[in-house]
Order: sequence, then C-alpha cells, then structure tokens
Amino acid sequence: MEWGSWSAFWAMGGKAPFVWGSYFVTGALIAFEVLQLLLWSRRVAARVAAAAQWNAVDEASEPAKEPE
Amino acid sequence: MSRIDAWRAATETKMRSPKSWWRFAAPKEFFWLTGKLVPGFGWAAALLAVVGLYAAFFVAPSDFRQGEVYRVIYIHVPAAWMSMIIYLAMAFWGIVGLTLNTRVSFILAHALAPTGALWCFVALWTGALWGKPTWGTYWAWDARMTSQLLLMFLYLGYIALVHSIEDPRRADRAGAILAIVGSLNVPIIYFSVQWWNTLHQGASVSLTKAPSMATVMLVTMLIMTFAAWSYSIAVALARARTMVLLREAHTDWAQKAAAAMIAKREAE
Amino acid sequence: MIALFLAVLRREALLAWRSRADTLVALTFFVIVATLFPFGVGTDERLLRTVAPGILWVTALLAVLLTLPRLFEHDWRDGTLEQLLLSAEPAPVWLGAKLLAHWVTTAVPLAALAPLLALLYDVEPVVYGWLPVTLLLGTPMLTLIGAVGAALTLGLRASGLLLALLVLPLFVPVLIFGVDAVASARAGAPFAAQLALLAGGSLAATALAPWGCAAALRLAVE
Repeated sequence: MEWGSWSAFWAMGGKAPFVWGSYFVTGALIAFEVLQLLLWSRRVAARVAAAAQWNAVDEASEPAKEPE
Repeated sequence: MSRIDAWRAATETKMRSPKSWWRFAAPKEFFWLTGKLVPGFGWAAALLAVVGLYAAFFVAPSDFRQGEVYRVIYIHVPAAWMSMIIYLAMAFWGIVGLTLNTRVSFILAHALAPTGALWCFVALWTGALWGKPTWGTYWAWDARMTSQLLLMFLYLGYIALVHSIEDPRRADRAGAILAIVGSLNVPIIYFSVQWWNTLHQGASVSLTKAPSMATVMLVTMLIMTFAAWSYSIAVALARARTMVLLREAHTDWAQKAAAAMIAKREAE
Repeated sequence: MIALFLAVLRREALLAWRSRADTLVALTFFVIVATLFPFGVGTDERLLRTVAPGILWVTALLAVLLTLPRLFEHDWRDGTLEQLLLSAEPAPVWLGAKLLAHWVTTAVPLAALAPLLALLYDVEPVVYGWLPVTLLLGTPMLTLIGAVGAALTLGLRASGLLLALLVLPLFVPVLIFGVDAVASARAGAPFAAQLALLAGGSLAATALAPWGCAAALRLAVE
C-alpha cells in the first residue's frame, strides 16, 4: 500500500476520525489496562511483603497469646 | 457423586506429583509458571501487533468499495472474536473449578473477565465508528451488534456479582454458575436476536453478504487475532498471578515471592 | 418425595395467601406502568395497537423481576432454607414446589390481568386471546432463570439491582418470542413456532434451572 505522503496516511481517505478513533481508543484502553495491572500488582506485592514483616514481628514479640 | 469425589482425590494427588501438568493447579506452582509465561505471551503480543499493524496500514490495499475505512476490521473482528471466546473460557474454567475444586481455575475465570469486557467494548465502539461512514448510522439493531451488546451486559453482570460478594469461596462459585448459565444462553440469545432481526429488516443492514476478502487482508486479520489472543493470555495470566499472590498472602511462599519481586525491581 | 413436594407447595400457597399484599403490589405495578406508556408515546390509536404486545410483555417482565428478590429472602432469614437444603431429598423437589407456587401466585395473575390492560390499548380481538397464552408459556422461563439470579444474589448489598443486571439480558429471548407470537397473530401470520419455542424453553429451564438454583443457594447459606 503506497500512501504517497504522511498527510495522506493520516487523512485515511477522508475517514480519519473513524479509523483513528477506533485504533486510538483501543490503544488507550489497552495501555490503561496494562498500566493499571502493573500498578496493582506492585501494590499487592508490597502489601504481601509487608504482611511477612508483620508476621515476623508477631512471632518475635508475642511468645504467647494474650489472655482476653 | 462419588465418582466426582474420586476424580477430585485423583486430581489432588496429581497436583502434588512433581511431574504432572496438574501440579500447576497448585497456587505456588501456578505462580511460578505464570512468571515464565506472562513475559513470553506479552512479547509475542507486542511483536504480532507491530507486524499486524504494519500489514494493516502499509501492506493491505484499500477496499474497492469502502476505501480506507474498512481498516477498522483489523481490530473490530479480532475484538469480537476474543470477547466471545473469553466468555466461553470463563465458563470452561468455572466448570473445571466446580468439578475439580481447583481454586486457580476460579481465579483464571475472574482474571479473564475484565479483558473480555474490554474486547467486547472495543468491538462495540469500533463497530459504531465503522457503521457511521458505511451504513450512515452509528448503531443499527443488527443481529451481531445486538448480541454483542447483550454479551457486554453479561460481562458487566459477572463482574458486578463477583465484586459484590465478599467471601471469596462464594464469589468464585457464584461467578462460575453465572458464567455457565450465561454461556448456555449466548447461542440462544444469538438465535433469538437473529430471528427478531429478520422480522424487522427495514432499518437493518445485512453484514452477511460481505464480499470475499483478499488473502492479504485475511492474513493481516489473522495476525491481529493472534496478537489479541496473546495479549489476552498475557494480561489474564498476569492478573491471575497477582490474585493468587493476594489470596495466598498468609503463606510463607507468597510472602517470600512478594519480597523477591520487590527486591528484583529495586535492583533494576 | 411427592409428600415433600406437596408439603412445600401447601406451605408456599399459605404464605402467599398471607402476604397477598405483595402479589397485589406487583399487579398494581403492572397496571400503573402499562398506563404510563400512552402518556409517553401519545394516544394515536394505530401506534398504541402496534406497540401494545411489546409494552405489555416488557411491563409484565419487569413485574416478575420485581417479585424475584423476595423469592428466597424470607426463608433465608428465618433459617428454613438451610433446613430444606439439609433434607435428604434432592433440592429440585422442594425447589420445584416453591417455584411452581411462586409462578402461580405471581405470573398467572399477571397473565390474567393482561387482557384487561390490552383493553386500554384498544387491541384487535385476537390479541386478547393470545397475549395471556404467550405470557403463560413464557413466564415460567422468567421465574426459573430469575430464581437462579435470586439465589446468586441472596443476601448481598443492593441485591435487587444486581439481580436485574444479571437476569435482564437473559430474559431477551423470552421477550422476543413472546412479543413476536402476539405480533404474528395480529398480522395473521403463523405463530405456532414461537409458541413451541416458548414452551420448549420453559421445559428446558424447568429441567436445568433448579440444579443451578440449588447450587447457588448452597453457596448463600454456607
């Protein structure tokens, strides 16, 4: 496919809003999903690692359960 | 009933055996396996998408009737396919989870849902943008578009149900039952909508008489479909992996794995 | 097995009679919403006759939806549900009785009331006869699918809204064939196929839905 020029490519035969509207929204959604997943998995890892420290503290500081 | 119990017992044994594929149904093994698989599928998706997009814009010719706007097909059709396949995959993992009692199966079903909903939305969105210049309307009550919209509602229902149940065991199983009921209904919905659509032909547009596609267009569409497929697997497995970590937060291995993840990121 | 079925049926009938105000609310909802439409779309007689089957079907469907949240709610709160699930008989036995009683006390009155409401739309004589028949053939599916949804959402926050979200997309085929049967009858076209599909769907739902419903109820009481 020969477009001739970049402006012809971006114009998409006069149907630019429909073609690029489809592709960019899809791209944005995918970028959002990946980013959200990345940030969420980091948060979870941090929380689970912190839970490990709490357990270690618990084991060190509490030899026996406190009576209620 | 006893046959299922025997089957479950056999699965439990297989899950513990180090040589069986079943061992990946154990959360720890699943976490390790997905750690290897996610980057692989992720890179495959990126590579296929680059090749597919290049082919979609620089190799595939213009359509002789629709001009350039037909290029939406390269995301529209893969998105529609993925949205349907992912819903069936959710039902499949729901059935596996309910019969074999494997928690990881339920987690996979949950992890697939947002990605399936994303593809479903993409299919609707691109369908509307494609419809306007070709049919003169963003929305027609065409059988496929209407079924797609109902599938979107099924995804939203599944996500809403799973999120509003706090007990993970109930959320897993209720989600599985809903996905199974929904997937039984998908063909019925499609059949009924098709029936209804042929009666109200006035405004609708026939999509079925599409001209046969050129080979280069078909190949491009297949590349884009494989890209969408790899992406969905990568994202769903990554999400499932994080869910496993969260659910196993009380275990020693999960805490060590989380610490290792953080250490690795800090080293980079 | 039959004794349990009959016992549950008798109990449900008695409960429905004691709480007949609930049934009346659903029926009143049906009447009021059906009378709202002419205010919305105007009183052109030809238009009203055309849309009457669709409006009455959608309104009846919403009235059925309205009755679903209380299907298991009461039994769940007072522990009856747990007792029933613990009984040695298979759950579909007593569930069948419960759902039959619910259908008879909610959907059948709606179907009986439909011709009266059709009067407001000045429909053709053939509609008076076939509208209730399609409702009777189709509403079992609504009750059965709805019961699975009610069981899945039992005891959750905003369960009524969630239930609507879960089951309304699944109601679409029932609506399509129900309305189409009446519309075909109006137009003088054959409509036996639509009636057969409604009846077949209701039979299939009778065979399948109680199992899903029982599984979902077990989760709710655990």
